[in-house]
Amino acid sequence: MEAILETHKLTHVYSAGTPFEHAALTDVDFTAYRGEYLGVIGRTGSGKSTLIQHLNGLLKPTSGQVRFEGRDIWESKARTRQTRFQVGLVFQYPEYQLFEETVYQDISFGPRNMGLDEGEVDRRVRQAAAFVGLSEQALEQSPFELSGGQKRRVAIAGVIAMEPSVLVLDEPTAGLDPVGVESILSNIRDYHRAKNATIILVSHSMDQVARTVDRLVVVENGRIPFTGAPREVFAHGAELARMGLGVPAMTRVFHRLRAMGVDIDPSVYTVEQARDAILAKLDRGPHKAGQRLCGEGKKEPADMEFSASLAENGMEHTPSDEGKGAE
Amino acid sequence: MALKDITLGQYFPGSTVLHRLDPRTKLVGTVAYIVALFLAKQLVSYGILLVLLAVLIAVSKVGLKAIVRGMKPVLVIVIITAVLNLFYTSGGGTPLVQFWIFKIYPEGIWAAVFMVLRIFMLITCTFLLTYTTSPIMLTDGLERLLGPLKRIGLPVHELSMMMSIALRFIPTLIEETDKIMSAQKARGADFDTGNLMQKAKALLPLLVPLFISAFRRADELATAMECRCYHGGEGRTRLRQLKLRGMDIAFLAGCLTLCVGIGVLRYLGL
Repeated sequence: MEAILETHKLTHVYSAGTPFEHAALTDVDFTAYRGEYLGVIGRTGSGKSTLIQHLNGLLKPTSGQVRFEGRDIWESKARTRQTRFQVGLVFQYPEYQLFEETVYQDISFGPRNMGLDEGEVDRRVRQAAAFVGLSEQALEQSPFELSGGQKRRVAIAGVIAMEPSVLVLDEPTAGLDPVGVESILSNIRDYHRAKNATIILVSHSMDQVARTVDRLVVVENGRIPFTGAPREVFAHGAELARMGLGVPAMTRVFHRLRAMGVDIDPSVYTVEQARDAILAKLDRGPHKAGQRLCGEGKKEPADMEFSASLAENGMEHTPSDEGKGAE
Repeated sequence: MALKDITLGQYFPGSTVLHRLDPRTKLVGTVAYIVALFLAKQLVSYGILLVLLAVLIAVSKVGLKAIVRGMKPVLVIVIITAVLNLFYTSGGGTPLVQFWIFKIYPEGIWAAVFMVLRIFMLITCTFLLTYTTSPIMLTDGLERLLGPLKRIGLPVHELSMMMSIALRFIPTLIEETDKIMSAQKARGADFDTGNLMQKAKALLPLLVPLFISAFRRADELATAMECRCYHGGEGRTRLRQLKLRGMDIAFLAGCLTLCVGIGVLRYLGL
């Protein structure tokens, strides 16, 4: 696979030379490959926000390099500016950055800064709005009249409209209801597929990244201790727990099942995998019982709640659920 | 980011004598120092005030670095003042330097030096106040000091509440500004290049969200205060009761001595 964005021995020190000096990143080698869906996970204060702000040149490394398509992004001023358009960054709670009179104008801020002509700006604004599911009439509204979830969509569209080849999103679903979370995630997936863009999703929710990403990067204490496919990363369950991250609810359930003496493969992390694993174990046809156990795959929000409550209630209910499946 | 360097109204927690003084004492002391500073005319007086300030800085353990850092925003004003004083003060004797329409007299140099010194000392002493006194203590002290003015209808409590809220939100708003700036930069906003007009226009994407968030915060704070039955100063008791202690009396006596002393020096013309 071809690397699109990478950091080499990236170190960042805040307030250097004062008593508040604090190294947020230490010798970080991070790579994102072209077209992949990458998850970055870490606790608050682990350095993940500092890391992503280096990816588009908002922060300058104290030492080390950030390379986009093989070239240092700090090579020249023009190069840094160009990188900002190529690596789109959606901040946490991006709705607080809206400022224009209409949604249309706000989304067009990025493309206009790129110096595109009116026709191209118009095309991009409409396409970006479509990606995030904003209607034509919403485009003429003031962004401040919209609901919180809608504002978030406008803000994400504002970055998508620059058509970046790498889209970085910092906790894009924070503070949304489960339906909102699902729809934002599916908007991002649409963009990923349609443009073959690299997506970097920052989150602290293992469940969320486990269901969406191809590869995971764990950030802890300014370093990257683990990286790999979700299944590989979750194999480090104990270490992840020590970092305060934990593994997805489903993985926890299966580990507990194993501990209770059920001979089952514990390397699952989504509800669908769990369903298949349980059915395989029970040796039943996947369709009918699958519906009973966790509903159709498409109703993901409900699934997630189901799995979350399952995890929170511990194992008390699982044997009976298993029993239901076996009826 | 340059924004983080603004230290106006920032409190350095500590437990030195200066930190432990009653806020009222420190407020009065600051005013006394400023009065003395404006009374001072001669080298001796400036010397006394400068030494005093140095001692206070040493006692406060704030560190010269923090004070120098806080000076940065006022540097331009200081330079302009110095230049104006340098060229516009005329003396009786012959000018030291003369070119085109500019004449520099020895008096001008003295005036410039004293003026710069005066501004720096003035700012440093107010810095000492805000560095060693938490905003809450400061407004508490101010409220108590201005208490008598309630009689003539001045809304002292409301004013001090407004002040403490304003001080409380400075760091929050700076952080917010930083965040919004980064977000707009990520969309290609350019705050650094272009002429004055372009720069002013470029600020729009920063200022609009900042104002909106400030209003939102104000709204939320008002609700939170109402939820806790805030109804103004009437009948409100305090968490921290201010009490003047021995060292406060001593400090105040020192301030009085300072003002009188500098005043006497002025009239003696020493």
